Amino acid sequence: MLEIVEDGLNLPVPPPQIQPEMSVFWEALRVGELLLPHCRRCEFVVWSPRPYCPKCGSFDVDWVSASGDGVVYSFTVNRRGKGFNKKYQEIGPYIVAYVELAEGPRILTNIVDADVDSVEIGVRVRGVVHRAGDDVIVRFRPVEGESAHVDSSGGAP
Amino acid sequence: MSSKGGAYIVGAYESPDRVIPDRSTAQLTAEVAVAALADAGLTMEDVDGFACTADLDALPLAMSEYLGLRNLRWVDTTMTGGSSPLVQLGHAAAAIVRGQCEVVLITLAQRARSAPGERNRGFNPEGPFEEVYGLNTMGSYALAARRHMYEFGTTSEQLAWVKASASLHAQHNPNAFIQRPITVEEVLDSPMLSDPLHRLDSCVVTDGAGAVVVVSPAVKARLNRVGAKVLGQAETVKGTDLGRVDLTYTGARFTGPRAFEEAGISPSDIDYASIYDSFTITVIETIEDLGFCEKGDGGRFVADGGLLASGRLPVNTDGGGLCNNHPGKGGMMRLIEAVRQVRGETTPAVQVPDCELVLVHGTGGQLGTRMGSSTVILGVEDA
Repeated sequence: MLEIVEDGLNLPVPPPQIQPEMSVFWEALRVGELLLPHCRRCEFVVWSPRPYCPKCGSFDVDWVSASGDGVVYSFTVNRRGKGFNKKYQEIGPYIVAYVELAEGPRILTNIVDADVDSVEIGVRVRGVVHRAGDDVIVRFRPVEGESAHVDSSGGAP
Repeated sequence: MSSKGGAYIVGAYESPDRVIPDRSTAQLTAEVAVAALADAGLTMEDVDGFACTADLDALPLAMSEYLGLRNLRWVDTTMTGGSSPLVQLGHAAAAIVRGQCEVVLITLAQRARSAPGERNRGFNPEGPFEEVYGLNTMGSYALAARRHMYEFGTTSEQLAWVKASASLHAQHNPNAFIQRPITVEEVLDSPMLSDPLHRLDSCVVTDGAGAVVVVSPAVKARLNRVGAKVLGQAETVKGTDLGRVDLTYTGARFTGPRAFEEAGISPSDIDYASIYDSFTITVIETIEDLGFCEKGDGGRFVADGGLLASGRLPVNTDGGGLCNNHPGKGGMMRLIEAVRQVRGETTPAVQVPDCELVLVHGTGGQLGTRMGSSTVILGVEDA
């Protein structure tokens, strides 16, 4: 389970567009669990989440709980918002990143609780759930300590 | 023989205006459509095929009525972002070879500068997992640039060379949005907006419109006009690789080889290339993927002056989207400069001598997520 933070958030928690088949995912995230779709036919771990395997075409998909561990694959510091989402129009700087999860997927997210000049590719991160009322979003924060940095392999895993 | 070889671009027109507060995209479409047809020696009455890109999803259907197209036998409203006109060109050439139509009008009009609110994003199933993080257009390309730097040692200076090269061309284009040379240092000194991309790593944001006319060999024979023959075209969509995105390459990796194969030529045969240049990184990744240099060597290629009209691969001699014209979607503008080059009609200072084979590559959408990619190869008539 991931830590849930509700107070002192300095990034917005935009209401997600919840599609009917995705309610399981969002209900779990509200209590701190990041679910990843897992294809029972080909064992592929799917991203972005959907109860369908884009690799083999199967609908025999269940959900596994992500460990929350990941490594920064790439990142940018948006110095001014102008994001597609209106809640980001006027804020900045903030970090947008791809994080490679321990389970395989590279997911778009924010790096939080980090100095914008300190993040690098290969930095180890851990997921945290930002919650505002019923709205939730999963973000990542750098892990402190000796093993904080790894080589990030090139190409698709 | 190439299956799509029997089609020719015989008319092309780019609006000279870059800031257009006083006319709608519909009116702009009419302006460039009439002018491109006049360039070909044709009229609206001759058109039996129509493809269109505009701000609004609904506009392509409405535009055929607005223009007065009454004889349509073929339509295409493909939306692959900025690459749309290049995809439509391939579809048009194939339709002409099939005998479905003989005179295809392809238009693009957009007012990214004066009416940015006209963009219609609609619902995207990836939205809840991307846009909620404050992703923006430049940030999306910056994610790719950062990873390219990490894997290949590409530098900000090398990225800046792409802008500087475009500006050296744009100074000769009286219609270009930016008409003065921009130095590498100026790019590096401009504000950092989405690390590692600076403000001047971006294309210009303009209003703009353009059109081309594609015809069958029989129609072309009746016209007293130099044509650019469609020798090859390929398209694809490159996304996030089933959630394992690799940001170091574009869809050009797949469309380049297929377009070259259809045309029966190789990258070293190309005399001029129009490369979609939404941002500086777009050009570096694309020239690598098309085989103009090894993967990872794009930065060194551009910093050696490789993109200059006098360089190894003359690129975007009109100033490109980086300096001349990028009305939200730029594929049409890249196509028109390639047509000018192969017809020997571009600005004399940047005209490539003996320009016989040209390439156009369009990248629509986002380098950081998913893109529609298309490569087109054109040649001088009967080359």
